Amino acid sequence: MLKPGTYFMEGNEACAEGAMRAGLGLYAGYPITPASEVMNHLAKELPKTGGRFLQMEDEIASIAAVIGGAWSGLKSMTATSGPGFSLMQENIGYAVMTETPCVIVDVQRAGPSTGQATKPGTGDVMQSRFGSHGDYEIIALAPNSVQEMFDFTVRSFNLSERYRTPVVLLADAGVGHMREKFTIPEKVKTIERKRPKEVDKEFFDTHEEDHVPPMPDFGEGYELMVTGSTHLGDGTRDTASFEAQDRLVRRLNAKINDNREEIEDWEEMGCNRADLVLISYGSISRPVKGAVKKAREDGYDIGFFRPKVIWPSPEDRMKEIGKNSEVMLVELSLQGYRMEVERCVGSENLYIFDILNSLPTIEQVYEKIMEVIE
Amino acid sequence: MITTKDIRNKYVKNYPSAFCPGCGDGMVLNAMSRAVEKSGIDQKKVAAVSGIGCAAWIPSPYWKVDTLHTTHGRAIPHATGLKVGNKDLEVMVVSGDGDCAGIGGNHLLHAARNNIDLNVLMINNGLYAMTGGQVAPTTEHGEKTLTTPYGNPSQGIDICNVVKHSGASHVARWTTYHMNELIKEIERTIDIKGFSFIEVLSQCPTRTGKKEGLSGVEMLEWYRENTTKNKEEEGIYVGEIQYVERTELTEEIYEQISKRGGKPR
Ligand code: SF4
Repeated sequence: MLKPGTYFMEGNEACAEGAMRAGLGLYAGYPITPASEVMNHLAKELPKTGGRFLQMEDEIASIAAVIGGAWSGLKSMTATSGPGFSLMQENIGYAVMTETPCVIVDVQRAGPSTGQATKPGTGDVMQSRFGSHGDYEIIALAPNSVQEMFDFTVRSFNLSERYRTPVVLLADAGVGHMREKFTIPEKVKTIERKRPKEVDKEFFDTHEEDHVPPMPDFGEGYELMVTGSTHLGDGTRDTASFEAQDRLVRRLNAKINDNREEIEDWEEMGCNRADLVLISYGSISRPVKGAVKKAREDGYDIGFFRPKVIWPSPEDRMKEIGKNSEVMLVELSLQGYRMEVERCVGSENLYIFDILNSLPTIEQVYEKIMEVIE
Repeated sequence: MITTKDIRNKYVKNYPSAFCPGCGDGMVLNAMSRAVEKSGIDQKKVAAVSGIGCAAWIPSPYWKVDTLHTTHGRAIPHATGLKVGNKDLEVMVVSGDGDCAGIGGNHLLHAARNNIDLNVLMINNGLYAMTGGQVAPTTEHGEKTLTTPYGNPSQGIDICNVVKHSGASHVARWTTYHMNELIKEIERTIDIKGFSFIEVLSQCPTRTGKKEGLSGVEMLEWYRENTTKNKEEEGIYVGEIQYVERTELTEEIYEQISKRGGKPR
């Protein structure tokens, strides 16, 4: 683990460093392009910090071992890309249902299917939100720099511990393989999961306002019953009653929805009543921001909006923007975030600039802006 | 003397269970409880991990230890994370034949290769019972099930043989007829450092029994008549199949950590 300071590294390595700073205790993964550098780095560095490293037989086993690791009391994580992320979906739902804190890094590549393994894409945005079956909410963060690969990895752990839920770090090959300077600060703020107090008997329900029950470890004598089946507050399986299903599923969803304000995060520039606001996230948001800056320097009233937390989406702010400005969504996929942005800003004043395989230049985005406003 | 009632009070909750009358699953729960009692290990440190199916319900929600009732076929990799996370846990995996040898077969193979210190009980009733009685990887050739109405065109797998050759330290087979032997074998798995695998042939009177016109007790008698403790004899072999000492994954990982100056948290 690196000491505080400034380094020149690639995004995937910064992610691994962020994880160790956040207190990673167990990593389990399976090699896949363009995410492998996360595990290569951790294989070497994690044991030195006391953390366990496991290369599993596949991605299903990886996420399973991560969940097991979390219940042993450790902060746990895996990293993968599209095909592996698909394989993990069932157990991500299991982690949601059992309220298991863990971090899943998806360094997105161009899909569908095997697609182009080294090329960036953002076609997993909807999958990160809806990929597992049943009704659930999830938290996903979209970094756009090597610094954010570090910072957002730390925040992913903090959010997962705070809300006892899986968190997806939704990176892309652009930012995973990008090399640039980043800084590890002297102090990194970390959050630990809520532990049971003596009086606590229920670890799967709560009447606390934040909807987050305390979480013991295995081996502490609580006779824990952790199950992916619908369950009561003490963990007892209840596969039939209306009350159990209604209470549990509504609380799990409320845990994210009622805490949106604390979770949401975005960056914006000149969005108030601009003629046109460009919405973008991930690696592609960098040339987009560059083009907006240039247009503003040239005297145009153009705004820039970048969700850092992509789920839950900053829907209220996007709705406001959509009321007052035309919007152009720029993303590395055809469908990525489109439905969500359209839902918030409406389809009448929404322009799309979607690009596959590689990042556009600032000039290309600038030209698009001109096309729209002229 | 600890009585049956004492064992039940100490190890079993949510009684009576949802198992059908005459099912072997309750007997396995009994055997596991007695083995833990006899071994003298701290009940608080026992963790049971299961997947999906009737057998997965043996520990969850009935066994008074920490239980992790996971997704179909994935008990073993969940257990791997738990064990590597905290080596002081005594991790038991209870899994049906479909769960363990079918959908989870790849995990079984690799856990045996890793020789990770898990104690796996594969409860083999020869079919998918919870979903009504479909063909399983363990179903014999020619058997009729819901999904092989004209006879099983495939072959049943000898899963002990697979686990043995994948590198597990300890492999054994028993049936619910052999309660005392089964208890002893489970107790041994607790002592053994390395991957322990016990196949437990267990009666499903509801699916197999109905089909064959056999009650639970008659199925137990069938086990008695068709098994042998002599490898040279005809019949299903019961007893130890393999015991070898090999390096164990968790220990290796902890050693690597301490050699590199890390302190396992
Ligand atoms: S269906 Fe068969 S295996 Fe399942 S509980 Fe009933 S008897 Fe036991």
